[in-house]
Amino acid sequence: MNARDEILARLRTALGPTPSAPPVPRDYRVDDDLDDAARLETFVDRLVDYKAEVTRCTPDTLAEAVGAALAGVERLVVPGDVPEGWLSAYPGTAVADGPQPLTVSDLDDADAVLTGCAVAAALTGTIVLDGGAGQGRRALTLVPDHHVCVVTADQVVGGVPAAIRRLAPTRPLTFISGPSATSDIELNRVEGVHGPRRLHVIIVES
Amino acid sequence: MSERLPHGSGRLAGPRPFPDAAVVELGKPQLRANLHKATHTIRNKRARVVDELPDWEKLRLAGSAIKSDVMARLPELLVQFEAAATAAGATVHWARDAAEACEVVTGLVRETGADEVVKVKSMATQEIELNEALEAAGITATETDLAELIVQLNDDQPSHILVPAIHYNRSQIRDIFTERMGDAPAGLTDEPRVLAEAARLHLRRKFLSSKVAISGANFAVAETGTLVVLESEGNGRMCLTLPETLISVVGVEKLLPSFTDLEVFLQLLPRSSTGERMNPYTSMWTGVTPGDGPQNVHIVLIDNGRSATLADEVGRQALHCIRCSACMNVCPVYERVGGHAYQSVYPGPIGAILSPQMTGVSASGVSSTLPFASTLCGACYDVCPVRINIPEVLVHLRQEAVDAHRGKPSAERTAMKAMGWVMGDRRRYARALRAARAGSAPLAAVLRRRKVRRLPWPMSAWTASRDAPLPATETFRDWWRRTR
Repeated sequence: MNARDEILARLRTALGPTPSAPPVPRDYRVDDDLDDAARLETFVDRLVDYKAEVTRCTPDTLAEAVGAALAGVERLVVPGDVPEGWLSAYPGTAVADGPQPLTVSDLDDADAVLTGCAVAAALTGTIVLDGGAGQGRRALTLVPDHHVCVVTADQVVGGVPAAIRRLAPTRPLTFISGPSATSDIELNRVEGVHGPRRLHVIIVES
Repeated sequence: MSERLPHGSGRLAGPRPFPDAAVVELGKPQLRANLHKATHTIRNKRARVVDELPDWEKLRLAGSAIKSDVMARLPELLVQFEAAATAAGATVHWARDAAEACEVVTGLVRETGADEVVKVKSMATQEIELNEALEAAGITATETDLAELIVQLNDDQPSHILVPAIHYNRSQIRDIFTERMGDAPAGLTDEPRVLAEAARLHLRRKFLSSKVAISGANFAVAETGTLVVLESEGNGRMCLTLPETLISVVGVEKLLPSFTDLEVFLQLLPRSSTGERMNPYTSMWTGVTPGDGPQNVHIVLIDNGRSATLADEVGRQALHCIRCSACMNVCPVYERVGGHAYQSVYPGPIGAILSPQMTGVSASGVSSTLPFASTLCGACYDVCPVRINIPEVLVHLRQEAVDAHRGKPSAERTAMKAMGWVMGDRRRYARALRAARAGSAPLAAVLRRRKVRRLPWPMSAWTASRDAPLPATETFRDWWRRTR
């Protein structure tokens, strides 16, 4: 018998003829009971708690906010489909990933990356990227040391269940809650290990 | 029933009985200080973020029920997972035990022509002793989690499943880096920030150039074929994103039926584990995504004693474990002896029920002693995010351990038998008491206290960790007769 069939046979033997399990109670919270303003306040509070930087702006002041967040950044990487309007106040060089993909060393040379996101969860201060519009492939938001992420207010939901239910499972998904961190040395938290050491979230409210 | 199914192998059960190993660990004051600080810090952080959720108990009940459902339907869910992952471009392999899993992974690495791999922290690959197998095949495996890197550089074993290097303090880590990292900067200080930066530089070149990565998975979704890894440092994202080939070693019990079930576990795990609302990074991937991440994706599903564990109706709940480590952080035994005394990749309360079941509770060495490595206080059950009733399983396994040795001589049984004979007859009992009193009188005079530190065999087992009181100067019956 091959390993697959043998393992499946073992598991059936272990379970016996009539394995059963009780039904799953799902009466936990699926969304918060916050209004839109309070939800955004919570989102900001959680991000700040993780030592992420936060800017709040309107669609009219978005380009200005992006420009300010990228102050000092000379080489910026963006996904091929980044909305043009985001960069109108940025004076440096923006290199697009695609149609010819950038190499890892191109990404390593970049000072920062600018993307959007798919959805964000306020209660945990989490942004989720799914490789969709304005987000690019996963390496883009990983190798550069500074990630600036634009989140629109309508992308912000309450908790994790509401976020999960908005996502397509088979896309490559990255949940980001603050900059990379470690607590491996005497449990002292150090922000910034291998992932971007700076995370800047720009929230756009209309 | 469990006797009919083969047990697991690998780093699950060391040779020494738990009390022998514990005595050695208890003699290390630095270790105890580090453990006390670590376990108390994390358990307090956990309590704060758990209290924040009004529906925490409902999430625990849901998590527990989902895992029970997974176990009841494990064969069909595995087949479903295999089909979904395969359709998404992954190749699924199966391994009966540790040796077979190592063989499969080594073969896959060899096929790529690489002689170097980067690794994401994974309990499953430690369990099967993959690094040793790769080394024997001439393949260098580099652990990329900071704590795992520290432990690996020092040729040591992890002592905690979440913070594996918790037995070291900062100056010991500085010394390990300076002596063993090769490219450690000169004049390295023991500031955690400086040490983390040194590890970042050391690993960055490897991340950017490695062709093959090896990971485990926190969850595997049957419905979609998706794998999920939770981490903090970004080393996981590096390994899961940049190499061409990704090999993930996954225990068969890691399945969840549907993608939506993650909404429960992504709330339970980070809060129970690191005491954070959410860990910095969670990655999910389903087979191959053209143009994004590894294009050669393998998944190795391992049994290694899990089916034998599933066969025990009381003990199978140990397979619900999501490796958060909350039980370690509240355990009065773990807090004092640390992880090494358990001699398994799974230490602490969960290890005390998981390791003996995976290897067989009657196996020689530590296995038969682990169910006794507990005070049965129940703190582990209270914090377990999937409500594993660890004390219940401990008592159940104690019975199995005793049954396995029934009929063989033991100090405890000899003493009990003698006691039974004496106490079986009132006059015999009274005479024995009088004899004991008379016999101990000179002893009491010499000792000047009514306690004995060490009794002869078979009672020496009792006095190994306790004082024995001397018989009272007068029995209750004698006192009653004298005063009434």
